[in-house]
Amino acid sequence: MPIEVEIVSPEKVLFSRAVEMAVIPGLEGDIAAMPDRAPMMLLLRGGVVELYENGVVTDRFFVAGGFADMTATRCTILADQATALADLSVADAQARLAGLEASYDAADKMNVPALDLLMAKMQSARAEIEAAGGEAVKAA
Amino acid sequence: MASLKDLRARIGSVKSTKKITSAMKMVAAAKLRRAQTRAEAARPYAAAMRRMLAELGAGTRGQSGLPTLLAGTGNDRIHLLIPLTSDRGLAGGFNANINRKTRDLIRQLQAEGKTVRLLPVGRKGHDYLMREFSDLVVDHVHGSGGKEIPFSAAAELGERIAAMAEKGEFDVCTVVYNRFQNVMSQTPTEMQLIPLALPANDAAASADAPVYEFEPGEEELLSSLLPRNLQVQLYATLLESAAGEQGARMTAMDNATRNAGKAIDRLTLTYNRTRQTNITNELIEIISGAQAL
Repeated sequence: MPIEVEIVSPEKVLFSRAVEMAVIPGLEGDIAAMPDRAPMMLLLRGGVVELYENGVVTDRFFVAGGFADMTATRCTILADQATALADLSVADAQARLAGLEASYDAADKMNVPALDLLMAKMQSARAEIEAAGGEAVKAA
Repeated sequence: MASLKDLRARIGSVKSTKKITSAMKMVAAAKLRRAQTRAEAARPYAAAMRRMLAELGAGTRGQSGLPTLLAGTGNDRIHLLIPLTSDRGLAGGFNANINRKTRDLIRQLQAEGKTVRLLPVGRKGHDYLMREFSDLVVDHVHGSGGKEIPFSAAAELGERIAAMAEKGEFDVCTVVYNRFQNVMSQTPTEMQLIPLALPANDAAASADAPVYEFEPGEEELLSSLLPRNLQVQLYATLLESAAGEQGARMTAMDNATRNAGKAIDRLTLTYNRTRQTNITNELIEIISGAQAL
């Protein structure tokens, strides 16, 4: 029995099909969405969503954070930004990471929520570089 | 009476006006189609977000210490109005309707003794409000009516509003925008963003809905979902307003083209009459000249 998976970014629907299983990068670890799963909502970290059919990965999408809403029959992924893995660019992500690192260094170290937000963005940029096949230089 | 030369010049100028308006109509029609597609493409995200919020909101109803974005500050004293207009004119009553609606709303709120602040989006609204209520305008945003509205524009605006809400700079936040009904009609509509109005019937619906697990906790989810929802709502209204702008412009230009056509017909008739009169006059002169000999 397949599960309806939808990957939606604010601009459009990227993917909508029934697949066997979807592995989603949750904030606290990867989670697989399969049929008859207990309903769950989770926050996503920047990472790759993998869609399985007949035991093999058929599609991969990079999501830069967002939310997922899973029920027994469907799984909706609300991504802040979603890109097919083939369309990712290492150079773009590296430039973004460099910018983020600069603003992290410049940021007020007492402002914890803002720092957390920047950290999450940097993590997402590193995940994007990795997903695009580049080397995530300068680990935090 | 205008001379033949004057009439010819008038006809020429009306003809070129007609060419411009009909070209603008074509452009607006093409842009409208694109704007409509984009507005439709953005709908699934907003719908899924509403569903998640309704689910989350049902669990937290009536609790104290809820985030400002959901429950507001508990007061109803300072109102922030966000009128959405276009940057460019020549769109019929599109911007005037929003301006009028905003003005009425300001007067009404002020009559109730509330403080009003304005954050106009789009040049046309900003220009008007600066003339009438310049002391109420706290900030403004331009350039949303351009070719394409990236989500980042809405995100930036949302972040700014969320920051103002956290600082307690207003109690209630309302957007005034043109809701796109069809090409012919856009309705000026007000929509309250903060405090968030959750659908009322979800309490009954969630009673038999499955119980959700949340990861991380419900509060963390809510606190990242709420600012996102604000951005998504703004994005939806921006797209709707952009589609409405093109629709209004198309209708306005269609009317203008038709009016120009009528004016050309009228002027051509006058021109021909005048020409005929002149010929008749000349003939009379010649004939009476010949008879006098």
